Amino acid sequence: MTDTQQTKIQVRNLSKVFGDDTKKALKLRDEGLNRAQILEKTGQTLGLSNINFDVREGELLVIMGLSGSGKSTLIRCLNRLIEPTEGDIIIGGENIPQLSDKALLHCRRRHFSMVFQNFALFPHRTVQMNAEYGLEIRGIDKAERAEKARNSLKQVGLEGWEDAYPNQLSGGMQQRVGLARALANDSSVLLMDEAFSALDPLIRRDMQQELIELQHRMKKTTIFITHDLDEALNIGDRIILLRDGEIVQIGTPEEVLTRPADDYVARFTEGVDRSRVVTARRVMRPVRATARHDDGPRTVLRKMSENALDSIYVVDRERKLLGILEADSLDEAAKAGKDSIQELLVTDFPRIGPDEPLATLYPMFQGKSIPVAVIDDQQRLLGVVVKGAVLEQLAQTGEE
Amino acid sequence: MDFDIPRIPLGDWIEGGLDFLTTEFSGVTRAISRGTQTGINLLNDGLMWLPEWALIAVVVLLCWKVSGRRLAIGALIGLALIWNLGLWNPMIQTLTLVVIATLVAIVIALPLGILAAVSDRFYKVIMPILDFMQTMPAFVYLIPAIPFFGIGSVSGIFATVIFSMPPAIRFTTLGIRQVPKDLIEAADAYGSTRSQKLIKVQLPLSLPTLMGGINQTIMLALSMVVIAAMIGANGLGSEVWRAIQRLRPGEGFEAGIAVVIMAMLLDRLTQSLSGGKKTK
Repeated sequence: MTDTQQTKIQVRNLSKVFGDDTKKALKLRDEGLNRAQILEKTGQTLGLSNINFDVREGELLVIMGLSGSGKSTLIRCLNRLIEPTEGDIIIGGENIPQLSDKALLHCRRRHFSMVFQNFALFPHRTVQMNAEYGLEIRGIDKAERAEKARNSLKQVGLEGWEDAYPNQLSGGMQQRVGLARALANDSSVLLMDEAFSALDPLIRRDMQQELIELQHRMKKTTIFITHDLDEALNIGDRIILLRDGEIVQIGTPEEVLTRPADDYVARFTEGVDRSRVVTARRVMRPVRATARHDDGPRTVLRKMSENALDSIYVVDRERKLLGILEADSLDEAAKAGKDSIQELLVTDFPRIGPDEPLATLYPMFQGKSIPVAVIDDQQRLLGVVVKGAVLEQLAQTGEE
Repeated sequence: MDFDIPRIPLGDWIEGGLDFLTTEFSGVTRAISRGTQTGINLLNDGLMWLPEWALIAVVVLLCWKVSGRRLAIGALIGLALIWNLGLWNPMIQTLTLVVIATLVAIVIALPLGILAAVSDRFYKVIMPILDFMQTMPAFVYLIPAIPFFGIGSVSGIFATVIFSMPPAIRFTTLGIRQVPKDLIEAADAYGSTRSQKLIKVQLPLSLPTLMGGINQTIMLALSMVVIAAMIGANGLGSEVWRAIQRLRPGEGFEAGIAVVIMAMLLDRLTQSLSGGKKTK
């Protein structure tokens, strides 16, 4: 990221004490006591201490830390879901901690949309009405908000689900609704609080990818909270590392990986030689289409052309992987009027277990462009890995 | 006891207070009395104007729509029995009192319940009052009702409202306080005002609990309306009361069974109403 970017939010000397004698706790902090000592002496918890950072216009900033590091407190201080004890948060010329209740309301409506870890969708509202919520309370007229909500639902791939209720959707889809609700609002900053942490790994991976694409397309300033270093490295333009309520490092993913600020960061990142840490499960994509062993050549060809594939994996009823078919041989068989695909099956194809690291995976691509099949120990097809995904992962080691 | 501790004249104080209220606010109580009596008469006349079979048909259809065939058949048999026993008019009178008492109770309870959910201080004030209202023997409410509103149905409604209101308040508060914290956070994060949060998020989500409270209120109202026969409230209660005075157990049980039938119908109906909302 370049330095010419404008600053969107300035956070200065932000602190938060949980307790009723906050002055005393801050005074002890200024005398050099640490969090544990302050807790012991006063019974108050120093949630955040002296936080300073800038959020740049259009960047995806990840705030990362373990549980108890204060990251959830920090994101909630930004829109004052939690009242900061001291410090400034400046956005668009306004200092958030000093706003009146009414001004705060306007500030939240204009500047902040939030996506929550457990989705926090309104169960009594349809998907469409959930997406409309932010606009509705701002008093935007019906037609306009319906239009905007539909657009944002489309952007997250939920077209056609407008009338469903949240409990009819899977976790991944629910979080898409959460994202659509935030996008429809068209606020200037997107706050994402462990937004993908409740999703299972495969879906999570997809959502990260989609968020990156969406974010690059829309240039929406995004602050993303996570406890997962891989996630932080994967999506962040910059990363802020938080420990015990203090910032330990701010930097790009490469900087964090290659020049850790202290032992704490180093412990996080050590061994993140991604080619050894990242597994096939992590980079695999769901299979777009498979052929069945009892399909005819023409059926298979149609499936392939519909999904723009050159080769297709063949599975049986239990999704056990039988082999791979090439378009060329299928074409010949179809022209020759054959009905079965059995003899066309190529059984010598690259395959790998889901827990194999990328280091093993990478050589399998030499000279071939067939996606590598990921199979479980019952030979069932779980997904495929394409070369691009592996390269992308390896590139993130950041050999400067 | 040898100690000469004067007895605390608690009863005198309360009487003094009640006297003060009745004399100073007689204009208000008379207006309330007149208004309530008009309401009772209107509803009662309206229900009586319908022929018995028509009202039974309406109730049976309603039961069928809301709940199902079993309740509809039950309603048909039960109401037909009441008609057959010649208890139709007292039943309508009782129903009228229950409906009006419940409506008044809900109108008072909803805002109080919401207030208690939003304000911790008010919560702390009102909860002991509700405990007091619920543990005080129900008969006691009948006594001050008479100087306020005289003998008759209005007094009965007054006592019934006081007796049946607490669960509606409690359940409203409970329902609102039970709304998950992350949904409140979401509503706040998007910049909802207090009333927007209440109307768009808290109330709809507390509806099932709230309906449970209303169900309780109806049940309590029914039981109290029967007791209120002692101070001249008309209806099935006065049938029971007369049977007691004349030592006629058969008639007493007939009226009692009619009350049971009403209770079951009202209970099942309101329960299916709230259940229906939840599954949507």
